[in-house]
Amino acid sequence: MAHMTVQEAIDQALAEEMARDPSVLLLGEGVATKRRALVDAFGAERVRNTPLAEGIIAGTAVGAAATGLRPVIDLLFAPFLCYAMDELVNSAGKLRYLSGGQFSFPLVTMAMTGAGWGVGAQHNHNVEAWFAHAPGLKVVMPASVADFKGLLKAAIRDQNPVLFFIDIGLAYTSGDIPDGEHLVPLGQAVVRRPGEAVTLISYAKTVAVCEQAAQTLAGQGISAEVIDLRTLKPLDEASILASVRKTGRAVIVHEASRSGGIGAEVAATIGEHAYDALKAPVLRLAGPDAPAPASYPLEQAFVPQPDAVVAAVKRLLG
Amino acid sequence: MSVNTYDGRVQDLLQTMLLIRAYEERAAALQAESGVPGTCTSVGQEASAVGVVAALGADDLILTNHRSAGHLLARGADPGRLLAEVMGRRAGYCKGKSGSLHISAKELGVILTSTIVGGELALATGVGLSQKMLKRPGVVVCFFGDGAACEGRFHESLNLAAVWQLPILYVCENNQWQAFVHRRETMLGDSIASWATPYGIDSATVDGNDVEQVRALATEALDSIRASGRPFLLETRTYRLRGHFEPDDQAYVDPDELAAWRARDPLPRLQARLLESGQLDARALSAMESDAQRRIDAAVAFAIDSPYPAIDELVTDVYA
Ligand SMILES: Cc1ncc(C[n+]2csc(CCOP(=O)(O)OP(=O)(O)O)c2C)c(N)n1
Ligand SMILES: [Mg+2]
Repeated sequence: MAHMTVQEAIDQALAEEMARDPSVLLLGEGVATKRRALVDAFGAERVRNTPLAEGIIAGTAVGAAATGLRPVIDLLFAPFLCYAMDELVNSAGKLRYLSGGQFSFPLVTMAMTGAGWGVGAQHNHNVEAWFAHAPGLKVVMPASVADFKGLLKAAIRDQNPVLFFIDIGLAYTSGDIPDGEHLVPLGQAVVRRPGEAVTLISYAKTVAVCEQAAQTLAGQGISAEVIDLRTLKPLDEASILASVRKTGRAVIVHEASRSGGIGAEVAATIGEHAYDALKAPVLRLAGPDAPAPASYPLEQAFVPQPDAVVAAVKRLLG
Repeated sequence: MSVNTYDGRVQDLLQTMLLIRAYEERAAALQAESGVPGTCTSVGQEASAVGVVAALGADDLILTNHRSAGHLLARGADPGRLLAEVMGRRAGYCKGKSGSLHISAKELGVILTSTIVGGELALATGVGLSQKMLKRPGVVVCFFGDGAACEGRFHESLNLAAVWQLPILYVCENNQWQAFVHRRETMLGDSIASWATPYGIDSATVDGNDVEQVRALATEALDSIRASGRPFLLETRTYRLRGHFEPDDQAYVDPDELAAWRARDPLPRLQARLLESGQLDARALSAMESDAQRRIDAAVAFAIDSPYPAIDELVTDVYA
């Protein structure tokens, strides 16, 4: 086991994959400035600062991915993805299909989002569901330091365009990472805490919110299972359904706004495939339909808190 | 079908232009008479497409847009598979999933076609980066319109290609129209080539209705890219003689302007020049014309005979 921060885990994943595969390269505004060690190890050709122009960064990555390179791009903050939507959604997501399978687009787009830094809605906007709705893309949003490394490595090796969201609230936390090659396959959720009476389903920093709530509930004799989705597309429906079939109850928790969010997809999946197992309605706890504010107490209030999760579970258990 | 390369015979350029004209006119007729899906035809722009493609080597790569039939046919595309694609048939270059608007044919080096205006400009830098980093010989040719030059991506693409010294030949086919808006309404001045200068990119403007001049300038531009590793912008001045997308009655087009450009139609111009100089006689010309028509007849028969894709193709090729 090695103890490190999320930033170090990301650096380690990049370094290992760049060493393993000479076609991996890193592009973005300041990547060569901030990740000096990678420049030293792999050269300025493969770790490139770019102009401040997200559309052309993404487009360059898409064109390069189709013709033999395996780019990782750092677009900094998730709202900046709006400038790169065409390249990611219309080109990376569609040109494989529209060309009858002639091209593939192995590329990873990293972006930070979420409460924790007080930077307001033009730097903090959880847009992961937009990309889950776009065909041809995969979406990953890790919750643990080990997953940041393992999922990033798997995303880089994937043959498809992957959106890799980094929750700002987790970006400077630290944790343990297994020694040796550590890969976490895309599309696999994980049970963070086993339980019997209710399933708490989440991803990114609200996984810890659910774990805290489960701890509190345990003190009151209620056994809650916590599932970390890890990959939002493709969604691990089998793990979600297996847990809900066991517990009969589900609360979905995420920071992104409720309407059209990932929680809606998870709830609908449960309703379609495990209705017979449900003992109570499926609940969602999510951020409000509002831009994210900068003010610290407002920003914290945006994120579902453990108390609210506990209260929701108690409501379900009547 | 393999990539067409041209050895310099002007008769070959004419033959290809005749094929493109016959293809485009038949596609428009099929739309009008048989309900085949409409297309963005390149009638009037054949010299621009053929002049540039005839200057390419087998390793060079092409990115194009919605008005791509000329580029594809000049590069050696089978008109039957092209029409099959337009009709959404299985034998099309993209299994019928593209339709006319984003046809690519990797086997011909025609890759990553985008119908998002300016989309191909954003992808071209990535292809250029691959060529450079993987030390592959081919230059990347990116065709786009005067409308695309008004998109921000044009400027982002030129700037990055200049800064990173990417081997890209940008070809702006300035056909004076941006769908239903005349170019005059969208920019001050008449020159798109001059927009390359502040980015540090060399450029040239050519009469896009003169295939030999286009080929000569494209050859020079490619030589300069191969020698310097730097991008180049070639603006071909031409005109969209048919509408934006079939059917289009062109009621919005100034008849005097249209007549003036019809008088400069690249096909009669080249034919007259070749007949006058004795490089071609009337019999040979009419043989070439019937050959083009025969190929298009065969293409139509092939496309109509090709089945539609199986319905389970609906969800294939989404993920690799
Ligand atoms: C981003 C975007 N905006 C608008 C359109 C609709 N559209 C398709 S072609 C076209 C005109 C493009 O003009 P130009 O780039 O000059 O190419 P041309 O059609 O003249 O060959 C427009 C507006 C589109 N496909 N994509
Ligand atoms: Mg135009």
